Amino acid sequence: MYAVECKQLTKEYPPGWKPWRKAAIRKRALDGLDLQIQPGEIFGFLGQNGAGKTTTLKLLLGLIHPTSGEARLLGTPVHARSGVEMRRRVGYLPENPYFYEYLTGRELLRYFGRLSGLRGQTLEQRVEARLEQLGLSEAGNIALRKYSKGMLQRVGLAQAILHDPELVILDEPMSGLDPGGRREVREIILELKRQERTVFFSTHILSDAEQLCDRVAVLEKGKLRGVGPLSDWQGSESGSREIIWRQADGCSEAALQKMNLGAAQALPEAGKYRITVTSSQLWPALDAIRAASGEILKVEPARPSLEAIFFAEPRPNHEAAPVQRETTA
Amino acid sequence: MNERTLGAGKIMAAIAGNSFREAIRDRWLLSLAGFAVLMAGAALLFTQMSFGIAAGALINFSLAAITFLGALMAVLLGNQLVAKEIERRTAYALLAHPVRRRELVLGKFAGLLLALTVNTGLMGLALLAALSWLQGGWHSGEGAVLAALYCVWLELALLTAVSLFFSSFASIGLAAVFSLSLFLIGNFNGELRGLGAAARPGPGRWLPRLVADALPNFGGLNLTTTASHYLPVSARLLGWNSLYVLLYGAAMLILSAVIFEFRDLK
Repeated sequence: MYAVECKQLTKEYPPGWKPWRKAAIRKRALDGLDLQIQPGEIFGFLGQNGAGKTTTLKLLLGLIHPTSGEARLLGTPVHARSGVEMRRRVGYLPENPYFYEYLTGRELLRYFGRLSGLRGQTLEQRVEARLEQLGLSEAGNIALRKYSKGMLQRVGLAQAILHDPELVILDEPMSGLDPGGRREVREIILELKRQERTVFFSTHILSDAEQLCDRVAVLEKGKLRGVGPLSDWQGSESGSREIIWRQADGCSEAALQKMNLGAAQALPEAGKYRITVTSSQLWPALDAIRAASGEILKVEPARPSLEAIFFAEPRPNHEAAPVQRETTA
Repeated sequence: MNERTLGAGKIMAAIAGNSFREAIRDRWLLSLAGFAVLMAGAALLFTQMSFGIAAGALINFSLAAITFLGALMAVLLGNQLVAKEIERRTAYALLAHPVRRRELVLGKFAGLLLALTVNTGLMGLALLAALSWLQGGWHSGEGAVLAALYCVWLELALLTAVSLFFSSFASIGLAAVFSLSLFLIGNFNGELRGLGAAARPGPGRWLPRLVADALPNFGGLNLTTTASHYLPVSARLLGWNSLYVLLYGAAMLILSAVIFEFRDLK
């Protein structure tokens, strides 16, 4: 049984009420998504705005209805009658959560806890534990209308994990958080993994995905561009090497040009530089650095960041792609 | 029973409780304080009139004010019941829990109805207190005032169901316009029928009647004139009014739930 399973999941939106348009063009927000997530995985869902990430999450939670295809959570079809009961085992944080502003944080958690079937002492204990975990104990009695965006994000996360769900679906969980808040959320996600929960989250903050995810999927214009472990994504640029060296007395741009290392990048730490070269350029580059009294610190295979993969132009030859293509245009 | 097993009733009770809290915290019940002041002022003013006229004028004035304030609350809050949940995206987190959409619709309705009941009940008590003060005690004809108050509550319950129906598919603004229009037209239901009866045979006769039958008959629920003249109200009339509101209101709620069930939350 997969924690999340999509089979040819497609969602089209009607063009709106435009009777003067004879041929109505339907917008395809998601196009034949095939995806499987194993229990216990931390799975990242990446894509630019409008790629179809939120549409997918809404389909998985039954908030919108698919045009075709099927989605299952924890083995249960989402849009079947039993899908409602299955949601007891699922937690969800919407993107930019907006909650009832007349409630306090504590009241909101109690309300959602009741809807999930928690009651009495268990409910109270869970509410207090989650408020404590998310650093909201003191703000628990303040009305949500007075919460900052980061605090709303935290209380949203608290309600998503309040009932101890097996599967946690988070839509942009780091959005609106300061660095400290992001670190706390990362720790919570890792704690959920330690408890063998499945976490499926969408994000456009790629460093978070790099730090957290066992596997990621990239969605582009409603189509799955690829899915796989991060190591598969990042190990694609075979042959390229990254050199990091120190130049004790610094290095001017002119000097780098002279060394034929014009593309080198100065690192934040004073006197350190980095350059990525092909294997044929490796030895001449090392010789040039040594000749300029540079100290070689590191030479390693270049691994493109997710940014590089994410913003790369689609490759015409799919077989040369870093991971197996699950759908093609 | 498993700790996590909640019946639909408990889910709806939780949603109704939250909906009631929303109505209270939106300071709608502050209208009560305003109404109490209004009653005291009106009672003082009406003491200048002779006894029979004063009581009738106070009843007329108060029932109109209770209906107006209640209708305002039913329309403005009723239209937001579902539409606001969608527009502000609070429904996303709510429906990601084990909540059926029909439970959300019925729970929200029950919560607002409870708030309206409290509102109408307290305003009714203020009216009875003012009447008692004006008359120097209780009067045997106050049964008609109680019956009229009950019918105001029926009117507001029906208006809430109608507002909820529009809220299930229209935006907050449009739903408010639709329900307020229907409330106004529904108050002239009798006149619409009269128009048809006076017309020549043909569409001019059956069309107004058809429209009057289809639209909610708010005018038929208004017993203000009867109450202000302390005329007796038959139990049969109250029974028919109750049945009418029950059936029409249930139809509105079922339609709302069906429409909302198939709606995408964009």
